[in-house]
Amino acid sequence: MSTLTRPVVPAPGARPGRTPRRIRPGKNDGSGLREKKSLPMTAIMVVFLVYSFAPLFYLIVNSTKSQDDLLSTFGLWFGNGFDLFANIRDVFTYNGGIFLQWFGNTLLYVVVGAGGATFLATIAGYGLAKFRFVGRRAVFAVVLGSIAIPGTALAVPTFLLFSKLGLTNTPWAIILPSLISPFGMYLVWTYAVDAIPTELLEAARMDGASELRIFFTIAVKLLTPGIVTVLLFSVVAVWNNYFLPLIMLSDPRLYPLTVGLNQWSQQAQGVAAHPIYNLVVTGALITIIPIVVVFLLLQRYWQSGLGAGGVKE
Amino acid sequence: MTASDTAPTPAPVARRRKRGKQTGWLFVAPFMVVLVAMLIVPIGYALYLSLFRDQLIGGNHFVGLANYVQLVQDSKFWSGFVRVLVFLVIQVPIMLVLALIAALALDSARVHAAGFFRIAIFLPYAVPGVVAALIWGFIYGPQFGLTGSFNSAIGIDLLQPFTPTWILTSIGNIVTWEFLGYNMIIFFAALRVVPTDLYEAAALDGAGSLRTILSIKLPALRGSIVIATIFSIIGSFQLFNEPNLLKSLAPNVIGTFFTPNMYAYNLSFAGQQFNYSATVAIVMGIITAVIAYVVQVRGTRSENR
Repeated sequence: MSTLTRPVVPAPGARPGRTPRRIRPGKNDGSGLREKKSLPMTAIMVVFLVYSFAPLFYLIVNSTKSQDDLLSTFGLWFGNGFDLFANIRDVFTYNGGIFLQWFGNTLLYVVVGAGGATFLATIAGYGLAKFRFVGRRAVFAVVLGSIAIPGTALAVPTFLLFSKLGLTNTPWAIILPSLISPFGMYLVWTYAVDAIPTELLEAARMDGASELRIFFTIAVKLLTPGIVTVLLFSVVAVWNNYFLPLIMLSDPRLYPLTVGLNQWSQQAQGVAAHPIYNLVVTGALITIIPIVVVFLLLQRYWQSGLGAGGVKE
Repeated sequence: MTASDTAPTPAPVARRRKRGKQTGWLFVAPFMVVLVAMLIVPIGYALYLSLFRDQLIGGNHFVGLANYVQLVQDSKFWSGFVRVLVFLVIQVPIMLVLALIAALALDSARVHAAGFFRIAIFLPYAVPGVVAALIWGFIYGPQFGLTGSFNSAIGIDLLQPFTPTWILTSIGNIVTWEFLGYNMIIFFAALRVVPTDLYEAAALDGAGSLRTILSIKLPALRGSIVIATIFSIIGSFQLFNEPNLLKSLAPNVIGTFFTPNMYAYNLSFAGQQFNYSATVAIVMGIITAVIAYVVQVRGTRSENR
């Protein structure tokens, strides 16, 4: 779906003031009873798996084909030659190695944008969960209201604003709008309400620890699954961002991978058409590998971060 | 989920020290500053823009609600709007029902290698929308796609993903592929926190698995279904990436005002009509927010019994 920033996964059932729930320990024990594994049920999941995986398989298979093979051989199986390494070499050398530049840009936008968004959401969520202050309810209302605002409704006005300020066609044009994640903040807030015992904070204050020290030593540790979940989804949002950079950037050397790849795929159209589909396919594969690896490495965190949002012991 | 659930209650002084009455602001302020700068200010600016018009004679001047009046009568806007409405009425239920089936199957503990399936079906979410549209665009493509292979294998052009009849279905399939696993994970995570004793009680009462699903699991999923529905609606109204990328493959089918978002984009960047484009953005934002609010209120109405 074309979203600028797809909101992060909500903490399920995270409604403060609900009946306490207990997360079931141990492995996937489903209904809590001993169930026999069933082949028909597994078969249903295999259908889902094939649907989810077929396009990725297509991508992998076709990244091993030359432009000619791509056009002439069957899409779901390997072609006549094995040109994966030639394709990878061409991806990184085409147009004077612009792909590597795009890769670097994407990393920059992700590290600064998603990292910044996670940091801001974390400290704000913690502050909202564990402090009473004047205007707290107003902050709350604004955050909840802004979750429902479609990102793309903002994109055009933000562009106009930035062009007035001379910020368009700079990295800031991508980083600044990425810094705000109302939903990330909401997630950290619901998580912090449950995960950080107020008594612990009180005790630390009694011992004379400063608020910042308490946050960085106690809160961050307890919030880690929530923080990683927010970080993961912020990273995905920035990595996958297309609409915003498409609007903001005119210099190809500032493009992230998504906009760059699309520019390559557009080369097949027009008068001087010079299709490089093999590079588009291989480039797409290279684009998704890092994010998939991050997903797999951090899965332990987001699985618990998701489940624990609504847990109150 | 309302703000009143979490209304700050005056804490007993005994438990709370005088210090740090406003310390909370220290933590919340940076976020709020960026939120105001990146969210509130652009919205305000869009509102301002939507009340003006840039004319050849006389330059930029105040026109009141003229842009809104023009939009209400603008058939280009409404055709795109109706298209995304049809899209969401069909695509969102299909996607969510499929996600629900997958989540319930995984939660039933009767699937082999459930952990593997969970991750694998979630993975498409990590694929950028642009890349997803590119891949499916290739697959749909008559040249070297699977559609071409399939059609030549059966000898008739049965599959025509880029015809006006099928284009919405083709886009719907891409969107479903991207977000099926994402929604499945939301539902699955909600099922994980259902208290075990509920299941034990149901088993004692002799409830079968269907009864357990209807009486325990679906009510427990209610909140997450509402949230998933709201996000899917917001996403559908913003539809841009997929049609914009497929445009080059189906140039005569997907025009410049195929969806409201594409219309706003093309008004700005092809037509330089920034004031009118801002009006489209504002109206779409309002409609989306209102519908999201209605879904939330209706969906959670009987929750706080």
